Amino acid sequence: MSGTVGPVVTVLIAFMAIWYLAAIFLNIPFQKDIYKRADRIDVPVSELVLDTWSQKKPVLPAPHQVVVEIYETTVLKKITSKRSLVYHTGITLSSTMLGFLIGTSLGILLAVGIVHSRVLDKSLMPWVISSQTIPILAIAPMIIVVLNAIGISGLLPKAMISTYLSFFPVTVGMVKGLRSPEVIHLDLMHTYSATRLQTFLKLRFPYAIPYLFTSMKIGMAASLVGAIVGELPTGAVAGLGARLLAGSYYGQTIQIWSALIMAALLAGALVALIGVLEKITLKQLGMAQ
Amino acid sequence: MTDAVTRPTSALKIGPLALVSCAAVVLGLILPINADGTRLMAHPVTGTAFMLLVPIILATELSLVRRCYGLMAMGLVGYIAAALFAFNDQHFETPVATGFWVLTIACWTTTWLFVSRLSGFDITNRPMLGRFINLIIPVCFGVTLLILWQLIVLGANVPKVLLPAPSDIGLRLVNSVPVLWADFQQTFLKAVIVGYALGCSSAFITAIIVDRVPFLRRGLLPIGNFISALPIIGVAPIMVMWFGFEWQSKAAVVIIMTFFPMLVNTVSGLAASDSMQKDLMRTYAADYWQTLIKLRLPMAMPFIFNALKINSTLALIGAIVAEFFGTPIVGMGFRISTEVGRMNVDMVWAEIAVAALAGSLFYALIAQLEKVVTFWHPSQRKG
Repeated sequence: MSGTVGPVVTVLIAFMAIWYLAAIFLNIPFQKDIYKRADRIDVPVSELVLDTWSQKKPVLPAPHQVVVEIYETTVLKKITSKRSLVYHTGITLSSTMLGFLIGTSLGILLAVGIVHSRVLDKSLMPWVISSQTIPILAIAPMIIVVLNAIGISGLLPKAMISTYLSFFPVTVGMVKGLRSPEVIHLDLMHTYSATRLQTFLKLRFPYAIPYLFTSMKIGMAASLVGAIVGELPTGAVAGLGARLLAGSYYGQTIQIWSALIMAALLAGALVALIGVLEKITLKQLGMAQ
Repeated sequence: MTDAVTRPTSALKIGPLALVSCAAVVLGLILPINADGTRLMAHPVTGTAFMLLVPIILATELSLVRRCYGLMAMGLVGYIAAALFAFNDQHFETPVATGFWVLTIACWTTTWLFVSRLSGFDITNRPMLGRFINLIIPVCFGVTLLILWQLIVLGANVPKVLLPAPSDIGLRLVNSVPVLWADFQQTFLKAVIVGYALGCSSAFITAIIVDRVPFLRRGLLPIGNFISALPIIGVAPIMVMWFGFEWQSKAAVVIIMTFFPMLVNTVSGLAASDSMQKDLMRTYAADYWQTLIKLRLPMAMPFIFNALKINSTLALIGAIVAEFFGTPIVGMGFRISTEVGRMNVDMVWAEIAVAALAGSLFYALIAQLEKVVTFWHPSQRKG
């Protein structure tokens, strides 16, 4: 473990340094413009640098500006306020979770069907794979607008996009997992005269659980992307995607970056949560390494 | 009669699916298909095709003819009948009646029967036939979906805004080729291809550098893995701000989206060659570059192609979504978002069809390339 902490921290520090430097260079042109208009010449370099890190609408905000913005919009605002980032994160989180739950259940169901039926395996599996070459995110606005037109709005349309993105990894992973018991184990079940249902519950499903968790991590990340993109076309009402869009309309770069970092934190937290669940479950099942 | 010998249990036994199909066809021919009382026989060609289906299904199921001929006839006649039924406008002039829905069920069960018999076909010792069947089954499934989509949308009078019929989408696709081509050029040929090439190649070079420095590998890999899980698509508005509305900003989004999957996969691929093989290279006195080119890169190829395949879909998605944040008045993402606003849903679907086709072809191209490059890998071996 100690072998990775040092290098990761070093890389992160280097990354921060590059970010600060990039912020200077990207913001200098505009800052010089400001000085010119204020008729100031020969500004000391230290002041120039500090000014590039504290512009109101910088091309690239410095990390501390983003941190301050996140602090102000999470801790200092009431959760119910529309300016609170927690409120927007909550909205994105709810549709992510709903879509993820539907997508995971659908994925497991499809996998069970594919493993048990030869016809489904041959006819459905290729379509499950090619379904992902369709850029669903491109259809996202249509799904939202069309469902809105017939009166379905709110959580469900966004969750549907998340569902579409998250069912695929689960299906593929579960098909692999449900097929992973060895022939000798299946034969043993046969000698016990186990029914298909018993074989499924006692052999196939437990075998598939590690695969399920791996795919759920991917599915969760995909689901979050779906929820964020699903929030774009509703006209920037609420959610992290709406914050991104509103920020890009009004040139509020700090707002965009804070929404982006928030989305990253959310993704990290959700994936970590599944990781913890995985550890607990595998330990209960005696599968932990 | 060879089939009757090899699978004696299936002879003289009709499956429930075949019975349902026959019953549905007969019932559908008797019942009126429109509210004004017209029957299917008013359209003689379609009616005859459906009538032919019953004896064909019975003969095939009872093994009265050789199974392969029976199946061929069943598939051919079944799909012709279903297609004639679904894509003839005259069937939808007045509201549809019970017979229409019974025939819809007949279309579904017959094609399902065909596919299920086809997938049960004995293909041991016949690799060519096996490959053909594995190719034809998903195609049949897709065609069935299209036919059912058409029948249900037109039969149930689903509003066009909600879901247009495939025939409408096809018509729109054919009528607006120039617009679609311009969008395709802007989004795919410029943004996607440039971004994909730059993103994948820069990640590849970075991976080789990272691999040489163990410190970087230990530091960058966890971060790369973490970033792969992030909603990177969110950088789209920033890129549009930095690089303007033209395709360059979309290419930048594609570069960022494709970079990390490629980096992570290449680095783990470079670690895939085992110590035995590396020892062999050492006994040959091979230097770093020789080992890299002759052993480690070929061993990494399955991983690299995995990333290339993942990236092919990511690239298209990235370019299209980036266009939602601002574009010139051309591009697939632009067209989708504006036509949605004008409720021209069939145009949106036409654009999606183009995107899906382009995405699938792109994917297939890389998969084919993978077959050529990693012919030695167990998953590519035949038999």
